[in-house]
Amino acid sequence: MEENIIQVENLSKSFDISSKKPGLKGTLKHFFKRETKSIEVIKNINFGIKKGEIVGFLGANGAGKTTILKILCGLIYPSQGKLSVAGNLPYKRRSNFLKNITLIMGQKQQLIWDLPPIESFYLNAAIYDIEKFEAKKRIKKLSDMLEIEDELYIPVRKLSLGQRMKSELLAALIHKPNILFLDEPTLGLDINAQRNLRKFLQIYNKETDATICLTSHYMKDITSLCKRVICIHEGCLTYDGKLEKLLKKISPVKDILIICKTEKDAIELRNSGFIIKNQNQKEITITIKKNSIKSTLKNILNKFEIEDLYINEPPVDEIIGNILVKNKV
Amino acid sequence: MFNLNKNKLITLLKVQYSNMLEYRVEIALWAISGIIPLFMLNIWTNNNLNESINLSNLMLSRYFLSAFFVRQFSVVWVVFTFEEDALLGKISPYLIQPLNPFFRYFAQHIAEQITRFPFAILIALIFFLINPESVWIPSFSLFLLACLSTFFSFLIQFLIQSIIACLCFWTEKASSIERLLFIPTLFLSGLLAPVISFPEYVKSWIYITPFPYLIDFPANILSGNNTNIIPGFFMQIFWISLLFPIFKRTWSLGTKKYTAMGS
Repeated sequence: MEENIIQVENLSKSFDISSKKPGLKGTLKHFFKRETKSIEVIKNINFGIKKGEIVGFLGANGAGKTTILKILCGLIYPSQGKLSVAGNLPYKRRSNFLKNITLIMGQKQQLIWDLPPIESFYLNAAIYDIEKFEAKKRIKKLSDMLEIEDELYIPVRKLSLGQRMKSELLAALIHKPNILFLDEPTLGLDINAQRNLRKFLQIYNKETDATICLTSHYMKDITSLCKRVICIHEGCLTYDGKLEKLLKKISPVKDILIICKTEKDAIELRNSGFIIKNQNQKEITITIKKNSIKSTLKNILNKFEIEDLYINEPPVDEIIGNILVKNKV
Repeated sequence: MFNLNKNKLITLLKVQYSNMLEYRVEIALWAISGIIPLFMLNIWTNNNLNESINLSNLMLSRYFLSAFFVRQFSVVWVVFTFEEDALLGKISPYLIQPLNPFFRYFAQHIAEQITRFPFAILIALIFFLINPESVWIPSFSLFLLACLSTFFSFLIQFLIQSIIACLCFWTEKASSIERLLFIPTLFLSGLLAPVISFPEYVKSWIYITPFPYLIDFPANILSGNNTNIIPGFFMQIFWISLLFPIFKRTWSLGTKKYTAMGS
């Protein structure tokens, strides 16, 4: 059996946070005696990730997804638990481990603001002990893939957000990392830029067999890149498995769009006790349980004059949105 | 994390120098703002204060010009940039690279000094035009020793500020601790007055602190004033050897506390 490249056992992380009550009294009290409390943001989490997998971390804001990524890449120390990433303890930050990984944060940049990105690329190449000739080759290849050849020589501050994000990606991938930690990589990008970035990540994963751990609030990132998802809710792991299975599990219903022949039929159908999702004159969308589709359709077709009907899965965005908001796992 | 090699260092310097050239006007202004020693020279000579310390006007003017040069090439601000980067989470990407982020700051400082160089020379030329009697050319060996002691002075200040910067991992405003050091640095380093002018009882303990080795010692070498070269270098090396392990330990403990705030 293939070994996991990332193994996490009973992982927990707590932060000490100081709080202050409002008003002058609160300020004075805070000045003389700080009240700090320990908040457990990650609670006893276990999972393993195989080489080449793309795994999406799902959860609402503050659920603990980014903290997990930060622990996995060695940026912060865990409070408890065992973990191994490519056979290393990430928080030791050994050189051979750091040369194997990368972290891309949608809202943070490592490129030097006043210089063209090419300068940062060569600097990163030197930091990762890459020969200049090899660095040139990699920059050429990655800039071709990312379609940023023309932007390499323009100061970063003059690039658009999409061009900057692509340059960040190039800077983060110049050392050919085997494990990518991506924290909301498409944040703030327009739809085309998001699509290009996703396409690039798919190709990169296919070509290099790199493992990718991804958090995103854009559902399309998750659905088009990740076969497997890990759901986090208030620091706890609530689901770990295939995205498809999750969708079936939490959404055992289908939407049926029914176009009635007459408005009279539409009104009667509306009043027949089905769960109505949408209605528009002769068109009605009802939600029914997957296991009762056959009988329900038979019943509708017998009772009403139907012009047409369509059976649809509820939109994935809506289902994942429910996970984020209500933790319906 | 400390694995710096020649290629990394040269690339870091090249990139940081290109970056600093983007700020050349700012750096020219900083160079001009560092002329405190030249003001002090004016105060000293106009009030005949040098008579009390048995130093001629000529030697005093050379001392303060040398102090100006030493200051130009040993000024350190790492605590302020590191504090901002740590608090805003900007150091996160650098922490997971196989190079200690302090090398970036170190290269920034060296690159800034190289950018300052022509401005400092220009200020010195203006000084010599106004005071032609002060013109002197130090011997090559003294010049090299002065450069070395200035670099050591820079290292001492860089290590002190780096240790304080690492306190950002515990307290969010570490730069305020640095401000505590500003006053002794200003008065005891020789920036406002040569240490030789201090009362004997003050001098007896000043020399066991790092302060006189920051400006006074290198400035005395460069200006050709009497100074104990070997004990001076010994003390500089002593302070570097003491501060470096403290920095390494503080860094190692501090990064364990890092919470990657703001990212």
